[in-house]
Amino acid sequence: MNFVALRMLTGDRAKYFGLVFAIAFCTFLLENQTSIFANIMKRTASQILDVTDAEVWVMDPQTEYWEQTKALKDTDLTRVRGVPGVQWAVRLFKGNPVARTLEGKFASSFLIGIDDATLAGAPREMLSGSWERLREPDSVVIDQAGYILLFPDQPLSLGRTLEMNDHRVTIVGISDVPAPFVSLPVMHTRYSEAINFLGRERTQLSFIIARPQAGVSASDLTSRIHAQTGLRARTSLEFMWDCVRYYLQHTGIPVNFGITIAVAIIVGAVVAGQTFYLFTVENLKQFGALKAIGITNVRLIGMILLQAFTAGTLGFSMGTGMAATFFEIFRHKLATRGIILMWQCVALTGACILFVVIVASILSIRRVLVLEPAAVFRG
Amino acid sequence: MANVMNEGFGVSCRNIRKRFGSGEAAVEALRGVDFETRFGELSFLVGPSGCGKTTLISIIAGLLDRTDGELTVLGTDLDELSPGERVLFRRRNLGFIFQQFNLLPALTAAENVAVPLIAAGTPRRRAVDQASALLSQLGLGTRLQALPSTLSGGQQQRVAIARALVHEPRLVVCDEPTAALDHASGEAVMELLAANAVRPGRTVIVVTHDARVFHYAHSIAHMDDGRIVNVTRPERAARSEESWREGPTQPSPQFQETYA
Repeated sequence: MNFVALRMLTGDRAKYFGLVFAIAFCTFLLENQTSIFANIMKRTASQILDVTDAEVWVMDPQTEYWEQTKALKDTDLTRVRGVPGVQWAVRLFKGNPVARTLEGKFASSFLIGIDDATLAGAPREMLSGSWERLREPDSVVIDQAGYILLFPDQPLSLGRTLEMNDHRVTIVGISDVPAPFVSLPVMHTRYSEAINFLGRERTQLSFIIARPQAGVSASDLTSRIHAQTGLRARTSLEFMWDCVRYYLQHTGIPVNFGITIAVAIIVGAVVAGQTFYLFTVENLKQFGALKAIGITNVRLIGMILLQAFTAGTLGFSMGTGMAATFFEIFRHKLATRGIILMWQCVALTGACILFVVIVASILSIRRVLVLEPAAVFRG
Repeated sequence: MANVMNEGFGVSCRNIRKRFGSGEAAVEALRGVDFETRFGELSFLVGPSGCGKTTLISIIAGLLDRTDGELTVLGTDLDELSPGERVLFRRRNLGFIFQQFNLLPALTAAENVAVPLIAAGTPRRRAVDQASALLSQLGLGTRLQALPSTLSGGQQQRVAIARALVHEPRLVVCDEPTAALDHASGEAVMELLAANAVRPGRTVIVVTHDARVFHYAHSIAHMDDGRIVNVTRPERAARSEESWREGPTQPSPQFQETYA
């Protein structure tokens, strides 16, 4: 009877397309909003994830997330290096100087100072130049988006100069770092240069990044560092989630996105669920005739489930295709670079759609099961 | 246990009662109905609206439970069957013709007719072939692929007749088969039903208001207020199976007067 079920589903084209498109748009909206939300949250920690050399971040005990730093003492680096299990530990500076071009265009920027000797923490994805050239005096590597912001409509080229706190710095590389939460240029330089560019304060050390020795896990090492130095030590992943949690708790972003996602779920569930339920109700006479003819309830349940899952699968596939197309288009735009359709969001949306389909099926099945076949004799 | 109450009767009802609701709101739809149909006959159940005809055929078809009384359908006491067995019994032994045809609008005429066969496990292609052959016999050979919405009322009812007969049921239950049709189409449908549904091992029950088709009946049970008040056997009942195929007989003046 499967073909009968499918023909009943597709027989009324208007209702069929209405049902499939309702599910498709619900899917699109859910995948779109959850993915953008997740990617924006991921951006809050993009500079942490970009440092692939180190697995452990050490910071002042009061530091909660990447943007909020309280300088450590220089001696803290020595103390961390003294913790058993540390393979290496180096300094990392984070500041926000204003970078100005010779043409007068300027922008506040993220300046990351990496260890002079090892260059640990340097960006590994380079579009032009080399991070090794950071060893040259007064040199910076700037990210592509920052370059375009400061030098709009100009080709990517090395050797351009910027003025930073009365220092003339030369661009020796253009990187492809993940977009930060705020759309500011991201620049890397050596630690000693960064301090010069920013102006000397009594303490400058934003973070210490470290790597555990072989056989020591990153989480073990964080516990040891904390126990021995009293400093806050987090693995890269833990620190990333600290940042995400901070933004979730202290900004309106989750509320805004949450409302949109909730509306998408409710509207999607109501529209798709109700459309399918009404579709079954309008076909009750047909189901009654099938019951009278001798189709068992089990077979009728199978028919309804087949109809629901066919519409659900088609709608979900179409919606996912629409979402994938959307992200494919926008991931090449500079402002939305790196914002991708996350498989977790697809899975979550799939679960939501499955829930809607199951609820609508249960309501429809209930109507058909309680339907008296004798009702077909009533005009 | 399926017992055989009366081998000669397709359906045998004794003192059938049906009550809907309870307490003061209870409605007694059937008040002790005695009704029988014979194999090889077209039995009409007639009477005014609300007299209990539809309730009675729903009970006979196993679609509704009775409150009281004894019922044997094709030698089987339906009370002895579990709900699942009753569904299988209906699928194997009963054919239905409804007033509003109740064809599946998304299926072609041939596919609609094939549904009972497919439900019984016949492969789809074979079922559609079988259905097409029957539809051709009924004069719809050129409309096999037509959707019900493109067929006239008479054609739709012919498809419904084919659907009711395609699996060779032993009991065919027809509810107002001509009510939605004009006189000519109604006549044609009854002609078709009389010519194709009535077989020696089969019994056909027709519920109708339509006095214009009473002359097709072998027996007419007259219902009123939940009871059978009168059973008559018009002239054709005496005719042989071969002879009634020759054409319809005229309804008696008594029925003309009552139902015209």
